[in-house]
Amino acid sequence: MEGRFNWAGVIEFLPELGTGLYYTLLISIVGLIIGFILGAIFGLGRISKNKIFYSITSVYIEIIRGTPVLVQAIWIFFALPLITGFNMASVTAGIVVIAINSGAYIAEIVRGAVQSIEKGQVEAGRSLGLTHNQTMRYIVWPQAFKRMIPPLGNQFIISIKDTSLLSVILVPELMFQGRLIASNHFNAVEIYTTVAVFYLFITLTLSYVLRIIERRLDVQ
Amino acid sequence: MIKVQDLHKKFGDNEVLKGINCEIQAQEVVCVIGPSGSGKSTFLRCLNMLESITSGDVTVDGHNLKDPKTNINMVRTEVGMVFQQFNLFPHKTVIENIMLAPEKVRKISRDEARERGLKLLDKVGLSEKADQYPSSLSGGQQQRVAIARALAMEPKLMLFDEPTSALDPELVGEVLEVMKQLALEGMTMVVVTHEMGFAREVADRVLFMDEGIIMEEGKPEQIFSKPTSERTKEFLNKVL
Ligand SMILES: Nc1ncnc2c1ncn2[C@@H]1O[C@H](COP(=O)(O)OP(=O)(O)O)[C@@H](O)[C@H]1O
Ligand SMILES: [Mg+2]
Repeated sequence: MEGRFNWAGVIEFLPELGTGLYYTLLISIVGLIIGFILGAIFGLGRISKNKIFYSITSVYIEIIRGTPVLVQAIWIFFALPLITGFNMASVTAGIVVIAINSGAYIAEIVRGAVQSIEKGQVEAGRSLGLTHNQTMRYIVWPQAFKRMIPPLGNQFIISIKDTSLLSVILVPELMFQGRLIASNHFNAVEIYTTVAVFYLFITLTLSYVLRIIERRLDVQ
Repeated sequence: MIKVQDLHKKFGDNEVLKGINCEIQAQEVVCVIGPSGSGKSTFLRCLNMLESITSGDVTVDGHNLKDPKTNINMVRTEVGMVFQQFNLFPHKTVIENIMLAPEKVRKISRDEARERGLKLLDKVGLSEKADQYPSSLSGGQQQRVAIARALAMEPKLMLFDEPTSALDPELVGEVLEVMKQLALEGMTMVVVTHEMGFAREVADRVLFMDEGIIMEEGKPEQIFSKPTSERTKEFLNKVL
């Protein structure tokens, strides 16, 4: 190398990095879709008057927020099969980790957004004879959803980067591939920089899409 | 139309309504006046159960609100409410604000709801605003839309909680005008207001509330010209 970078050498490894990109995207997309559903359910749990639902939700959120993703991955991939005898493929486990982890944070985002809608909106809906559910569906949710977009974007980006920790449970995602190549070919700077560019590509695209959605919803 | 018997309302240990009794007939216009914090809003909100009733009985259009068999959503379709802060839905256009409840609750068709909405907008003088968003309207216009939205359910009774208090003075008149028109058409109305001129001119009866009770009630000319209670005199001296 003689103190110089060998960027051209990276091309040779693009197929592996492509595979990594595929798994990173797969786990991010599927994980975050499930995470969003969990977040919506548990976000409502956080504002629920049902004590049991509220308690379960709170315990879940506190445990997830209070422990490192890396440990959560190890629990789910290594510890869970020991306890339950139920084995998961590493990619499946990766999706579960991202879903459960992002779900806890998204629940707080959902709670915050729903609670930020003025009480008068609900009262106006109920005074017209709409049921609680109709009021949520037609009045609260559409407004809350718009307010969720910026913090959701943030959380999506954090979760996408969190997938890089899944290499500890042998998910063949971008970081896993990068590390494999770098340890065999001693081109760490070039490979990890390329990996970073791939992440940037994903997150910038996401930011862009979210901005478009936000503008679409911003009808006023 | 409304019968209230010994209505008490507590927020925690704070007893805000301390035994309200009153009856309101169909087509009557009743204005509720009184100092801030006296429980006027709470009283009004008990009439459509936006506040739960601690004790006593409230009967609206033959439905006892405390009876577990009463379908409160059904009762609310008969009781329109207009709020101080308008509470229009900011993500919906003016006409969508008006159409929502008739469509979802009364289950009338979209076309019919729209037609009804446009008629009501015409009535409050805002036909040309149908497809705009509330944020582009003045406060007075927003409040008129809110009145149209409530009327779209064809209620038997309308509750107004200080409908002009959040408005710039020059916009108060247009809202009161719409309310006056409604009163002339025979709508039953309960109006919490600080607009003494409106109360004097439009009300059939005025209730003066103080510290959680109805301190005095009577025809407007009686309340405004020769109030009997010291508290009423004191209050009127301050506001008139
Ligand atoms: N949701 C609530 N929780 C606790 N206290 C309340 C609530 N709503 C009103 N109050 C209290 O009840 C009293 C009467 O309020 P309100 O009915 O709004 O009076 P008014 O409309 O005559 O100004 C006030 O002291 C107020 O602080
Ligand atoms: Mg009030």
